[in-house]
This record gives sequence, C-alpha cells and structure tokens, in this order.
Amino acid sequence: MEPDGQLKPSSLGLKDLPWQIVWNKEKCTLCGQCTAVCPVQAIEIGVHRKRVLQVPPGLVEKPSNVFGVYHGVRQRTDVSHACTGCGMCALVCPNGAVVPVHNDEPDKLRFHINQGGVPRRRGGRRNSQESLLDAIKFVRISMLTDPALDAGRHEFELRTLLGRILPPEEAMGQTGWQPPVREIYPLIIGGMSFGSLSPTMWEGLQMGVAYLNEELGIPVRIGTGEGGCPPRLLRSRFLKYVILQIASGYFGWDEIIHALPEMKEDPCAIEIKYGQGAKPGDGGLLMWYKVNKMIAAIRGVPAGINLPSPPTHQTKYSIEESVAKMIQSMSMAWGFRVPVYPKISATSTSLAVLNNLARNPFASALAMDGEDGGTGAAYNISMNHMGHPIASNVRDAYLNLVKIGKQNEIPIIAGGGIGKNGNLAANAAALIMLGASAVQAGKHILQAAGGCIGSETDRCNVCNIGVCPKGITSQDPRLYRRLDPEKVAERLVEVVISFDTELKKIVAPLGRSTSLPIGMSDALGIADYRAAERLGIRYVL
Amino acid sequence: MCRLFAVTSQEPLSPMVAIRALNVMKEGHDGSGIGLFMTDLGGDFEQFKGGPILSGIFSNEGIKLLDRYMLDMDFMTKYKLSFRPSKRPPEGTPRRDNYLIRVYEYPVSWENISDEERERRLMLCRLQLGELGEKDGSMTVFSFWPDVIMIKEIGDPLAIADYLGLERKELQARIVMAQGRQNTNYAIDVDACHPFFLQGIATMTNGENTAFVPIREFLMSRKDPGYVGYKSDSEVFTHLLHYTYRHLHLGLAEYKHIITPLKDEELAQHPDGLWLRRLKQSCRPMIIDGPNCVIGCLPDRTLFMLQDAKKLRPGIVGGQAGMYAFSSEMCGLDEALPTREKNKDFQPMKYDTVFVEAKRQEVGRWNQMASLSRLH
Repeated sequence: MEPDGQLKPSSLGLKDLPWQIVWNKEKCTLCGQCTAVCPVQAIEIGVHRKRVLQVPPGLVEKPSNVFGVYHGVRQRTDVSHACTGCGMCALVCPNGAVVPVHNDEPDKLRFHINQGGVPRRRGGRRNSQESLLDAIKFVRISMLTDPALDAGRHEFELRTLLGRILPPEEAMGQTGWQPPVREIYPLIIGGMSFGSLSPTMWEGLQMGVAYLNEELGIPVRIGTGEGGCPPRLLRSRFLKYVILQIASGYFGWDEIIHALPEMKEDPCAIEIKYGQGAKPGDGGLLMWYKVNKMIAAIRGVPAGINLPSPPTHQTKYSIEESVAKMIQSMSMAWGFRVPVYPKISATSTSLAVLNNLARNPFASALAMDGEDGGTGAAYNISMNHMGHPIASNVRDAYLNLVKIGKQNEIPIIAGGGIGKNGNLAANAAALIMLGASAVQAGKHILQAAGGCIGSETDRCNVCNIGVCPKGITSQDPRLYRRLDPEKVAERLVEVVISFDTELKKIVAPLGRSTSLPIGMSDALGIADYRAAERLGIRYVL
Repeated sequence: MCRLFAVTSQEPLSPMVAIRALNVMKEGHDGSGIGLFMTDLGGDFEQFKGGPILSGIFSNEGIKLLDRYMLDMDFMTKYKLSFRPSKRPPEGTPRRDNYLIRVYEYPVSWENISDEERERRLMLCRLQLGELGEKDGSMTVFSFWPDVIMIKEIGDPLAIADYLGLERKELQARIVMAQGRQNTNYAIDVDACHPFFLQGIATMTNGENTAFVPIREFLMSRKDPGYVGYKSDSEVFTHLLHYTYRHLHLGLAEYKHIITPLKDEELAQHPDGLWLRRLKQSCRPMIIDGPNCVIGCLPDRTLFMLQDAKKLRPGIVGGQAGMYAFSSEMCGLDEALPTREKNKDFQPMKYDTVFVEAKRQEVGRWNQMASLSRLH
C-alpha cells in the first residue's frame, strides 16, 4: 500500500506473486548471501519491527509489550522485482533457511507484467509441461523370430546423414560433382548464439563437442545460432564440428567472410535461419543488457543496443527466392563443399517450403523447429501461443517426401522441446521413427550440461536480461565466471554418452541395429486415438 | 522360424527332393505354408522354354475369368498341368478348385517388341490378373514368366505335396527353391509364403526384417508397378534385388552392399570404399535389419545365399559338381545330398555371399571386404 493509503492497480501483495520466499528466522545466519545472489533483487535485507509480549511471573508486575526489531529477509512485491523462483537463494544459503515456493493459486502478476506498455519478454520456452512426444511409446518389441538385441554388447550403427543425397539412379552413374554429405550423430546441439550464451557456456559446449568427436568418435555437431563465431574457432580444425548459422540480422558474418581464406577446415554445414520454434515468424533478439564490447565486436555492431533481427531476410524479395538464392550463394562461398539448409519454424505451411527444397538440387536438408523450442529472449506471447507442434509437422513432411519418393534425399532435422521433460533419447527416437533424420536440442543441453534451472512452470526464465544466476546466458563476468567451462564440457560428454546408451536401449528391443530407424512408424504407439490417426501410428491402450 | 531349401542340379529333379529336405527340418516350421519355385524346367515343360507359364490357384469361376482375360489378350494355351484334388485336403489346408500351371503362346502383336517391353507386359498381366481375382478370391497368381513354375499353399509341406501329387514325372526342374513356413508376426496367408518372384528374380528368407516398413515405403515410392503385395516382410528382399538389377543395373555384390552395407570404418579400408560409401548413402532406406538368411535365384540361374549383418540365422551350402544345395539347416542338406563331401560344406557368415552358377561346377564365395570386380 502506498504511504497515502492508496492502492495502485499494480500494487501487489505476496499472495499475488507466482513465487513466495519462505524464510526461517530460526535458521538464518544473516549472512546475506541470498540477497546478494538474487538475480532480480526480489529479496533484500530487511529490518522488521515486532511486538513482543512480556509476561513476568507473579502478580507484582503487569504484563507489558516491547517493540523490538529483528533482521532478516524481505521479499519485494513490485512488478519489476517479483521473485522468479530461480531458487538461487536456497542454493547459496548455508543453513537452508530460505526457499521460494510456488503460489497455490494462479498469480496476479501476470496481469501487470506489461508496465509501461511493454509486453513481457523472457527467455525459456513455452510455459507448458505437456509433451506429445512423451506420450509416444515404443511398442514393437521383438519377441519372436527377430530377437531383441543386446544394447550393451551388440554393434549399433546410429549415424545419420546431413546433406542432399542423390537417388541411387543418379548417384551411382554420376562422375562429376556430387552434393556434399556429412555422416554425423543424430543428436545436434541446436543453434544458441555466442551472445545469448555466455563465453564460458559456449566454450564448454565447444570443448565437449571436440572431445566427443576426437576422443570418443561420436560425431556430434553444434550449431552457432545467429551470433557469428569467435575468430579463433573459425580458423581452427574444430570448425568442422560446427554448423554456422546465417540469419536475417547477418550478425557475425563479416567476421566469417573475412576468415574464409584462413579456414583450415570447412564447417560441417551452413544453416540459414528463417524461423525458430520459440518465436515463430519473429527475428532473433539479443537485448541490450547482453551486448557488451566482445559481443558487439564479434557481431559487428555497436555495444549496448538491442539487436532485434528482422523476421525475414530483407535483402530478398520473397521467401522462396530467398531460400534458393541464399542456398546458392552459401554453397558457392565454400566451393559447393558444404551442405546448406534452411531452418524454419514448424508451421502449417512447412510442406510448401519442403516442396520448394525438393526441387532445389542444392538444398541439403530442412530443419523444422516446433512450438516448444527454447530461446534466450522473446515476447512471452510468441513463446506461449505461436507455432506448430513438431510431431505432426515432421510426420507430414516425411510422408510428403515418401509420396514423391525423396524420403532419403532431403534429411529432416526436428527440433523444439526435445527432452523438455528430461526424456531426450525417447523424444529423439520418437521423432526419428516419425521420419526425422536427426534432432536438434538446445534447452535440454543447457539444463543438463550447464545446470540451467529454467522451467516450464515459469521458473527463472530471465535469460533475456543477462542476469542468469548460473552464468549460462549472461555476459557479465561476475556471473559467467561462476560457470567452469571444463565442467560444462564434462557434463556434455556425459549427457551424450548416456543419450547414446538410451537410444540403444530403445532400438535394440525393436531389433534394429544396422541403421538409424528413420520412419519406422510401425514401432510407435500412443494411447490417444486421434493422435494415432493423425500420426499414422498404432493406437494402444 | 521358416526353413529354406534350394537345389540346383545338372539333371532335372522332382520338387520332392526339396520337400523331403524340408520335412527333415520340420521341427523348425509349423506347417503354416509351403512355397515352391522351379526354373530351368525339365519334364514336360522343357519343350516350352520360351513361352510364359502361369502358376496359380483358381476357383472354377476364376478359371473362366482367366480364360476370358487371356483370350482378350490373345494368349493361346499351349500346355497345361492342373491339379484338381479330389480327396480331402490335409488339416489346415483350404479346399481349392484348381491348382493350375499353364504354358501360353505369346500374342501375335507381341512379336516385334523388345525383351524389356515383353517382360514389362508379362508383369502387368500377372498384376492385373491378381487384382481381378483378389476381389472375390477367385484367382491367386504366383508367377507368369517363361520357364518358371510356382506353387504355394497353406499347410504342411509333405502333406500338401502328397495331396497335390507333386511327385509326377511332368513336374521336374533343375533349380528348385522351397520354403516351409513358420508363421510369425503376420497373418497366415498363401501370399505370404516364400519364395517371392518378380521378373525373373526370386528370393526366400527366414527370420524377420525389422526395417520392413521404411523399406516398403521406399520401394512403393519407386513407381514400379511390380512393387506391391508385401503380405510378408520378406517380399522386400525380392524387390530390393529386382531394384538393384533392373533399376540400378548393378549385380549381386552390390545387392549385398546395399542391404547390408559395411560400417564406415570398414569402408575406409575397402578398395572400392569411396564408391561404396556413395552407394550406402543413396541406398540408405534399403538397409535391412535382420536376422535374415536370404536364398535367391537370378535371371541367369545363379543360385545364391547371403546373410544379414548380424548373422543370427543358420545357412549352409554343399554338394558336388553337378548338384549343389543351399539349406537353412544342415540336416536338410544331409537328406538331399547324403554322399557329398561334407568337409567342403560352407556356412556363409556376415560378409559372405555364396553362389552356384548355372554350370554347377563349384560354389563361388565372395567376401564383402573384397573388391567388387570379382562377382557378376
């Protein structure tokens, strides 16, 4: 309440907030670590006044009260300082004296988080825990003539192809140029830009990828997202594990073009981003908080300004033309040795794009990013309400390719919410069996390899303003030094190795070992009749 | 698991040689079906080597339908062998009106057409007949091809052979392939009995191909009218071989490389590694995922056997110059060729392809790690 007794429409109480800090006076050491670590200053050191009743024994003295003070933590309730539930306070508290808890009823903050007429922007992904991919089961267990295989001891061929693959009639007769094809692991680390991620997180992921490739022989590839690529990486042999992304802001491409003559290796591929699942039809966004000198230098922009990429590539007249011309120019830049493919937001018009690509002999793949894709910054409305689910989009695309007999020629890369509830391998396998050649995962990797605490119950999700308390998406050295890149690399390796084991644990009982089971829809079932019909898989109860 | 037996012999043999071999392997098949493929025919059919032979099962109505169709197409019957079993069929075998093998003379209008066109038309005739008969079950056509006879039926192989009287002198062939079916995951259907045949190419398989659905999708998207059916997951092996021969103009070695490609590390060591890598990539949807032992017959009467990359199925070849047999179990081979030199038997492993050419002088072996130029 205001000092004059008035209430503003946006005056909120603790009960109106999504997260409430529960603080235990008895346990608190008054060390102040919780208030120091809070990324949004939702809690501050408070001096609380309290009346204490004093009732002396006997009848001589009458009971009285004393007004005293005690020190502790106070939660702020104004909109800009509402607790995000990140729980860093609980993480740092030596005594476990403080923890945020979720409101037991829908909060009122949501009605006020547009102060100044600016709609809410945040990081994370669609605030919904539902996942159709989680509901898909693998039901064709080999029990008879085709014995289930031993996931631990059998040999498995789980690689996939990225690149335009010619039909056998053409491929085997042709002696001249053939489109470049990469043999890669079916799990790709999705494009998260240098800028949206902190330098330590980026470095950790790159180190992990290099280790997976060079020490373990697992050909995992990593996308750059739209933010360019550090100059040393461009000139190193590790570039071959990297998928460079060009998007509508062209950030970082001046640096990349200039590095071309000095590149020791070709990049794995070039991804032309036309859209992403988290904010479909919207351009990339790096908010000014994160555009420091280094980011500005790599991207070739001034520091300290918002970097909103346009929704589409402005230099071209139409999207079809853009796709064709950009694929051509990018192919030409690397002497037609590097696969070039577009990434689009999953949409009801995906098939139009796909059909365009099918007719373009230089198109190497199609990456489709579903509505559950994550991002470092987007309008809440885009994240929560825009976009197409990935499962049916991938299925339609695959079946469309089957119809025209090109299911092996243009690999479909599926992304968006894969592993959102932790089931990375199961979600990936489901999409592969629906027709994807590979999957891209970003957010899951941040959670598993970086320790990101963001969630679909709207926890944390402050990646956009550079205050990531884990140092994953911050450009503030005080924050990103919390993250040890070596440890990120270690975790990434652990995540991929365990993914590999789980993928084998899925394909082995299905009797599959000699090739990735792309389009093996007979293995899938779901306890939802309409979903089964829609996806062309088994309805099981 | 199904049992397989194939024999190639200088002298024509009764199909009973193969049936008896299946019978000793009986513990492995449950009598849910028998399929017979015969080529390089002897007996009464030897004199009609050029003319297409129609094999199938027909109801009395079906025969009329067939006659009408063939008359319209201007095919003339030259010779026929039909079985109209009078006694009760063995248990589990449906009662049929007619099992028919008919040799036709080509229509006059086909005289000046190319071999390729003739073969295409023969296939289309078979498919049209199959379609006509499918509606009411009046016709089931197994093959319509020169020098090829096929018989399939549901039931125990020996009982059916006895019921149909297959031990007759008219019915002899130098190459016989036979399958004793053990029904597994798919319905008991006469069309699911192996061997499968398409334009001179026949294969039979035991085991199960777990990559069946994507392979079927791939084949059906090739726009070849012959790529239909698929009542059994094993039919794709025939069509994949057909695709390799007819569409890609490649041979048996490449077929092996297509359906069971080498691993990337192995390709790096292979003399034809670069070319094979391209083959592997562009033929990725054709990679089988066994366990499967594949026995087949090529248009040039080469009989072959190969194994899937896991080699989880048995398979053995043995014999002596003039007569060789391929069998899923050794006891089948012992039954058919008891006097062969057993120490020369060979059991192909995951890299091997074994074959006996029409001269029937030796068992050729080819290892997948070897250069491609050695085989066909």
